[in-house]
Amino acid sequence: MEFWFSEEQTPNVRFSVRVDRQLYSGRSEFQRIDVFESPEFGRFLTLDGYMMLTEKDEFIYHEMIVHVPMAVHPRVRDVLVIGAGDGGVIRELARYPEIEHIDMAEIDPQVVEVCREYLPQTACALDDPRLTIHYEDGLRFVRAPENAYDLIIVDSTDPFGPGEGLFTREFYGNCCKALREDGIMVNQHESPFYDQDAVMCQRAHKRIVESFPISRVYQAHIPTYASGHWLFGFASKRYHPLKDLDEARWNARGLRCRYYTTALHRGAFYIPAYVEEMLEDVEPER
Amino acid sequence: MKQLDQTRAPIYEALEHFRSLRVVPFDVPGHKRGRGNPELVRLLGERCVGMDVNSMKPLDNLCHPVSVIREAEELAADAFGAAHAFLMVGGTTSAVQSMVLASVQRGDEIILPRNVHRSVMGALVLCGAIPVYVNPQCDDRLGIPLGMRAEEVAAAIRAHPKARAVLVNNPTYYGVCSDLRTIVRLAHEHGMLCLADEAHGTHFYFSDRLPPSAMAAGADMAAVSMHKSGGSLTQSSLLLAGPAVHPGYVRQIINLTQTTSASYLLLSSLDIARRNLALRGEQEFARVIGLAEYARTEINGIGGYYAFGRELINGGSVYDFDVTKLSVNTLDVGLAGIEVYDLLRDEYDIQIEFGDLGNILAYLSIGDRPREIERLVGALSEVRRRFGRPDSAGLMKQEYIEPQVAVSPQAAFYAPQRSLPLDETAGRVCCEFVMCYPPGIPILAPGERITEPILDYIRYAKAKGCSMTGPEDPEITRLNVLEER
Repeated sequence: MEFWFSEEQTPNVRFSVRVDRQLYSGRSEFQRIDVFESPEFGRFLTLDGYMMLTEKDEFIYHEMIVHVPMAVHPRVRDVLVIGAGDGGVIRELARYPEIEHIDMAEIDPQVVEVCREYLPQTACALDDPRLTIHYEDGLRFVRAPENAYDLIIVDSTDPFGPGEGLFTREFYGNCCKALREDGIMVNQHESPFYDQDAVMCQRAHKRIVESFPISRVYQAHIPTYASGHWLFGFASKRYHPLKDLDEARWNARGLRCRYYTTALHRGAFYIPAYVEEMLEDVEPER
Repeated sequence: MKQLDQTRAPIYEALEHFRSLRVVPFDVPGHKRGRGNPELVRLLGERCVGMDVNSMKPLDNLCHPVSVIREAEELAADAFGAAHAFLMVGGTTSAVQSMVLASVQRGDEIILPRNVHRSVMGALVLCGAIPVYVNPQCDDRLGIPLGMRAEEVAAAIRAHPKARAVLVNNPTYYGVCSDLRTIVRLAHEHGMLCLADEAHGTHFYFSDRLPPSAMAAGADMAAVSMHKSGGSLTQSSLLLAGPAVHPGYVRQIINLTQTTSASYLLLSSLDIARRNLALRGEQEFARVIGLAEYARTEINGIGGYYAFGRELINGGSVYDFDVTKLSVNTLDVGLAGIEVYDLLRDEYDIQIEFGDLGNILAYLSIGDRPREIERLVGALSEVRRRFGRPDSAGLMKQEYIEPQVAVSPQAAFYAPQRSLPLDETAGRVCCEFVMCYPPGIPILAPGERITEPILDYIRYAKAKGCSMTGPEDPEITRLNVLEER
């Protein structure tokens, strides 16, 4: 018997993973949720049939979305995380003792329940006493706070479906307002490679550039995401992702990572020429 | 009386059956199930172009319905509590015009609020009836026209006892309702018909949490825009009639101007939308009401914006309010409604229904979901933060300007005319419409005298970027006026 999970990364390209068994399948108010067990990637979570994370490569995504801003901002006390129902971002944040409070706005309580049950590798820090989980639309949550956070991490799904509102100008504008005057917003920025993803990537960049004074993009290699080449957005009111990187300070923490290093931090902001060009196309004249 | 089955959709079913017969078409339309226009098939899909067929025996004929269209009309009448229903394919404009043309003739008077839709004015040009305007009160804070007060309708009836009909906008674009039951009673007591332009009130028929529908209030005819809140395709509509109206005469009037090649895409969309409303309308509109109430609360929480609702009700000019309408006054944000309308589209990719000088209207319907509401609220909050001005003074409010009817709309429309620069037209009789669109309320109609306050208003609305339509000169630097003898 052959049992394969396939995701259509484009109408003409499929990515398939052999599956041992399906651990969970359900439908929430917002989306279809599935968890599979696979020989190559361990357990993996899909939403509406799209790959969200696998046990084998989730560390790349979660380390890169958390440690990059944490190595730049000198004093992060209050963090807002949008999405992140699997808990991976929270796990990485929980490693920083100076963080006093984390608000997490996740729209779908069922994703959190399922991850607690089947994906303890990422959900392990969801009981951290500094964390408050709010089950509501991220776009709604971020409307109220003003000048309240040092760091906002947008761990959204793809911009088709429930996550669509998290790729809009109103969302980025509201995030800017919710951040303190030296705040940083990091978001998952889609892939620049396939045409349809590239369009969304460009649109997200355009809207962030319009909302923040400093806006740069960095990359990572994530085997189970479309094309494997993934981008993150670094938007900031004061700190520059490279000029304000304090390597000695971060390294003195002694945090051990499997992907992130401060050397890789620098390298991650050197992006391919075609991506640079694509993003510059939507930036205002300098 | 036979029991009607609202789970049926006779036109849709007949189309499905017809498709299965694979009949060879040697009739119009000439695209022959799309084969003659492959680009169109790629755009609309085979199923859609395959249903674009001509009237024929198994599919009935809208000009003289005897089988499936007739059944669909009976089902619609039953679902809307009317004696008769007519499926319309020329928009609610055609439903409104048929309703007026079936009620008044040349020289007859018809009592109506000034803020009637342009379609009513068109009907008056066609039939030669004389409008008797009732001043809809104006809310000074919001700058919007309200409903007709029953006392003012009674006064108009006393002053014009020979009038043949009273027409009511129910609700207005903004959701304001008049005391329809009382107006119907007044009209009937004086031997007049009561007509309702219910273009924005399809949902009234399917909820007990909304104002009464025209048929429930006893009106004689109602034009119901199924494609607005009802979910059918654009340009499809319904004309409803009460028991006192002769259906054969209404059909004759409709056939004067209606196409003889009615689109089955539109007809089947009416049929399916009616079935959907009859079966699920109540729960769906309860959901829409919930979304609208949520949005109102959130928008009012932003600060500056005023999303108005039932608190406007005053027993007269606002007798009732349609809570599904999400109208928001923007003046205290320091922005004109039309500016917010443009910002939402240009900056946030959100298209709303309209913006006027002081307000915007977001149209909510059975197709809305909470996530889109969040985008709208989030964007409004950002518009205020980024573009709001602390000072709201300086925005002129939209004022009701009492029209002076000098000659009938028909006489003015067809009389010898000349074109004058806008500034030289004061005191002359206008021969064309001037409309601020949307919401399409006439500032001037053919036959009305032009005054200085009217000219001020036109200049101001133009400067604010409102879309002004109607006159031959699209820039509205000139107006056609009656040649003076």
